[in-house]
Amino acid sequence: MRNPLSDVVMEIQPSGIRKFFDIVSEMKDAISLGVGEPDFDTPWHVREEGIYSLEKGKTFYTSNSGLKELKIEIANYLERRFHLHYDYEHEIMVTVGGSEGIDLAIRAMVNPGEEVLIPMPSYVSYLPCVQLAYGVPVVIELKEENEFRLTREDLLAHITDKTKLLILPFPNNPTGAILPRKDLEEIAKVCVEKDIFVVSDEIYAELSYFGERHVSIAEMPGMKERTVVINGFSKAYAMTGWRLGYVCAPEMILSQMLKIHQFAIMCAPTTSQYAAVEALKNGDEDVVKMTQSYNQRRRYLIHAFEEMGLECFEPYGAFYIFPNIKKFGMTSEEFATKLLEEEKVAVVPGTAFGQCGEGFVRISYAYSLERLKMALKRIENFIERHQR
Amino acid sequence: MMELTELRKQILGVIEKNSKIDIHELSILLGVSELEIANEISRMEKEKVICGYHTLINWDNTSDERVNAMIEVQVTPQRGDGFDRIAERIYNFSEVKAIYLMSGGYDFLVLLEEKTMRAVSQFVSEKLSTIEAVRGTATHFVLKKYKDHGTILTEEKEDERMVITP
Repeated sequence: MRNPLSDVVMEIQPSGIRKFFDIVSEMKDAISLGVGEPDFDTPWHVREEGIYSLEKGKTFYTSNSGLKELKIEIANYLERRFHLHYDYEHEIMVTVGGSEGIDLAIRAMVNPGEEVLIPMPSYVSYLPCVQLAYGVPVVIELKEENEFRLTREDLLAHITDKTKLLILPFPNNPTGAILPRKDLEEIAKVCVEKDIFVVSDEIYAELSYFGERHVSIAEMPGMKERTVVINGFSKAYAMTGWRLGYVCAPEMILSQMLKIHQFAIMCAPTTSQYAAVEALKNGDEDVVKMTQSYNQRRRYLIHAFEEMGLECFEPYGAFYIFPNIKKFGMTSEEFATKLLEEEKVAVVPGTAFGQCGEGFVRISYAYSLERLKMALKRIENFIERHQR
Repeated sequence: MMELTELRKQILGVIEKNSKIDIHELSILLGVSELEIANEISRMEKEKVICGYHTLINWDNTSDERVNAMIEVQVTPQRGDGFDRIAERIYNFSEVKAIYLMSGGYDFLVLLEEKTMRAVSQFVSEKLSTIEAVRGTATHFVLKKYKDHGTILTEEKEDERMVITP
C-alpha cells in the first residue's frame, strides 16, 4: 500500500496542549486553571433567541457570507466599539469561529514559499495553518522585557523580500499582552513601507483593561486596505460552543476567502447566527459586566503573585497571566507537571504556545474568585516548597 | 440624590452580590486604595444608598419553616397624605418584609414572612383588613422559591468545560 498521507500534514506537530490535556484528564479532583474560554454562560437572552429561532423552524442554510441582519449588526458594532468602518455587503463574512477566519485568511493570501511572520508565544493554530498553505512560518520571539509586545525592531529584523504577511495576535493568548496605539502606529508604518499584509486576530478585543479601549491596526492610516480583522463571539459573549466568528477585510481579499468558505464550510451554523444578532443588539451590558469581573480577578491574581514572589509582568488583555517560573530551575513542562502532581492544580506550560514560551506558564482567570483563591493557596504551597 | 461615579457603581456591583467582602480585598479587586474605598462606602451609607448588609437565607433548606405570602392590598388614599400614611401603618408591623406601591389593579403589594399559615391569615384578617382605609386584600402564598435577590436557589452548577483548552 502506498503512504495514504500528505507530506505537509505529516510535518505538522500535534498540539502541545493536547498532550497535557491527557495528563490532566487522568487526575481526579484537580483544580484546573487551564481553560481558554469564559466561565460565564452565554447570556440567557442570547440563548433564548437561539431557541426561538429553532422553534420558528429557522433551520436552513444561510447565504455563504452569513445572515444579512447579522452582518449589518457586526458593521454597527465595529463602528460603535472600535471605530472601524466596514461595508456589510462586501467586507464582512461570518465564519465558524475565529479559527476558521485565520485559516481562510492565510490560505487566501499566501503563495507557496512566501514568508509569514508569527509573533510567539501565541495561539496554536497560526503556524500549522501557514504550513498547510505551503507558506514558510517565520517566528518572531516576543520578549518578557518588552511585556511581550511586538516592537518595530523585532519586526524589521525578520522581514525579508519573501515576507508577505504578519499575524498580529493581540490581545494575546497566552501572555495577556496588548499592543497599545503607539506601538501599533510604528508597526503600521513598517507594514505600509515594506508592503506587508496583516491578519489581526482580535478575538479578545473586548477583554482589554488598559485605559483606552482596544485599538485595531485597521484603524491606522493606510492599513485598512492591507488588513484582515478576525473577531468573533466566543470570548466577548461567552459563546465558544456556538462556533461563531467573523472576518472583515477589503473586498478584494474577502471575496477570495469567501470562495474557500463556500466550498469547505458552506455557511456558519444558522442557530448561532440568530443568537449572535441578539448578542450584538442587546448584549453590550453583558460584555461590560463580564469584563469588569475578569478585570477584578486579574488584579487579584497579580496582587497574589506579587505577594508570593512569583514574577510576572502585568498583562492588560484577554484572561491570562503568564508568570515567569525560571527561578525554580524547572522547564515549563516540569513545573506544570509537578504542580499538577503535588498540588493538583493544572496550568498550561508556556511551551505549548511556542518554544519561546519556555520558562513561563499560562494561568487562566476565567474562573470564579472562590476557585482562584483555592488554587492560589495551593500554588503558594508549591512555590514555598520549591523556592531556591 | 447621590451622583453615581464609576467607582461607586463598581463598589456597589461587588457588594450587592457579596456584602461579606472586606475592604482590603475590595481594594485589590478594584485597584483603588483601602482608604478611598472606606470613604466611599461610609459616604454611601450616610446617604442611604447602602441601606443594610443582609444575608440571603434559604429557609427551605433548614428544619425551620417559614411561610411567605404576597398580599395585594386595595386602599382608599387619604386626603393630604395620599398613600404614604397608610403604607406607614402597614410597614411598621415587623412581619412585613417589604411593601411597594404598585401601578395597576391594586395599590400595595405586601411581602409577609411568618412561621405558619395561620399567622399569615391572622395578620391579614386582624391587622391588615381592619385598617380603615383598606378596601380589600388578596393573599397569595409562595410555594417554592426558585430565585431570590438575583440568586438562583435551586441548583448548583458544575463546571462542564474541558480542563485544558487552547
